Amino acid sequence: MTERIVGIKTPIKLEYTYTPGLASSRYLNGVARGKLIGQRCPECSKVYVPARGCCPACGVTLGEEVEVAQSGTITTFCVVNLPFYQAIKPPYVCASILLDGADMALFHLIQEVPAEEVRMGMRVEAVWVEPGELGPTMESIRYFRPTGEPDADYDSYKEHL
Amino acid sequence: MRDVAVVSFAQMPSVRREAQRNEVEMIGPVVQSAIERSGIGRKEIGFTVSGSSDYLAGQPFSFVMALDAVGAWPPIRESHVEMDGAWALYEAWVRLQHGDINSALVYAFGKSSPGSVRDLMALQLDPYCVAPLWPDAISLAALQARALLDRGDYSERDFAEVASRGRAAARDNPNSQVTGGADIDALLGEPYVASPLRRHACPPISDGAAAVVLAAEDTARRVCERPAWIRGIDHRIEPAALGVRDLTSSPSAELAAANAGVADGGVDVAELHAPFAHQELILRDALGLADGVAINPSGGALTANPLMVAGLIRIGEAAQRLIDGDATRAAAHATSGPCLQQNLVCVMETKQ
Repeated sequence: MTERIVGIKTPIKLEYTYTPGLASSRYLNGVARGKLIGQRCPECSKVYVPARGCCPACGVTLGEEVEVAQSGTITTFCVVNLPFYQAIKPPYVCASILLDGADMALFHLIQEVPAEEVRMGMRVEAVWVEPGELGPTMESIRYFRPTGEPDADYDSYKEHL
Repeated sequence: MRDVAVVSFAQMPSVRREAQRNEVEMIGPVVQSAIERSGIGRKEIGFTVSGSSDYLAGQPFSFVMALDAVGAWPPIRESHVEMDGAWALYEAWVRLQHGDINSALVYAFGKSSPGSVRDLMALQLDPYCVAPLWPDAISLAALQARALLDRGDYSERDFAEVASRGRAAARDNPNSQVTGGADIDALLGEPYVASPLRRHACPPISDGAAAVVLAAEDTARRVCERPAWIRGIDHRIEPAALGVRDLTSSPSAELAAANAGVADGGVDVAELHAPFAHQELILRDALGLADGVAINPSGGALTANPLMVAGLIRIGEAAQRLIDGDATRAAAHATSGPCLQQNLVCVMETKQ
């Protein structure tokens, strides 16, 4: 009787040298200097942080380089309760943060505050690694923490949810 | 059938390695240029479709990220084919037949430089019995070239003549990548890459992008003095198993050419997507092209071969010659798969 073949192994490995592109390179090089650099769309004037190749709404190449503030507003967030392989012990908070001067929220960790106290509109600021440890990676920002300012009005960020 | 025409074409120069820009940054200027040349407002475009491959980019859904380059807000009607942009153009042509929209943007992009394209192409083969052997793209093409030589109608000199003509033509094409060394005897002195293919009979590895705008009926007449009207377009495929095919001919290209109506009139210019020199000989026979036809005046895929783009470039190059008034009837061809497995033929005319 012939053996029934239920599977074969065909190992596949391909290697790629990824190109982040001009816009991401500009952003990451800024992060390596402790700065948050975005770019403004020449058509709709929105400031994208991180900078990207084209304005996805207008389909035009982004122009003017804009340095934005290192503080901003939490527009929305989630509490991570599930342990898997992360470096931080749950529960902790991941949030969309609208930096002052930016029109797109970026994603980062919220620390130095109990998870249950994090809320929409909360004002936060970036906490960077030591100057000697800065590099072209988002890990150069350790996390964001509350500034203690009064919460932002819902109207000020409702377009960014 | 609704009359649909190519009204504009744009491409970036093919390069061996686009080390600075990512895909979106490559596509942006090309798409913007094609739309600008079309005379149709970006917001007027009724349908957008792209051709590309995630295997080249090395990341899933890379075509979704590429949408940044076209401006998809408010939401647009959009589609994608994991194929050469020529097939995206086919989808756009079908979509325009529905009659509710009058224009379409077709774009294609491919960066081969991030990975090893010669190996990568093995993954399009039968995953059980062929792909695990990792037959690379050049070796498979060499099998086909050997079979063609064995049939006795062509020689290695014929391969070199194809390459020489392509390189000479490419000197007038600023988007070409390979222009030098067109002396046939010198080409025949090169060592084999995979016998019987020498370097000149194989395509360069290219990064590139291209875009075409299609318009229907009155829209095409309004925006373009000499639209390249698509008179026939068809694509056919052969079995995936290489062993069941006669690699020395291309029945799928022949059938597509017949259905597209290549023989219904004289052809001034033909752009054939032949990444390997011997494939141009096979295709010339399959399309039944007469001796006087100008074949690959752009230089062809032997001089610039961005994967997923080179087929769309053939249609764009042929259409541009009609739009510019240099020709009145053109045949464009695109291929996909190993050894000309799948073929698309598009016949365009300036005649209303």
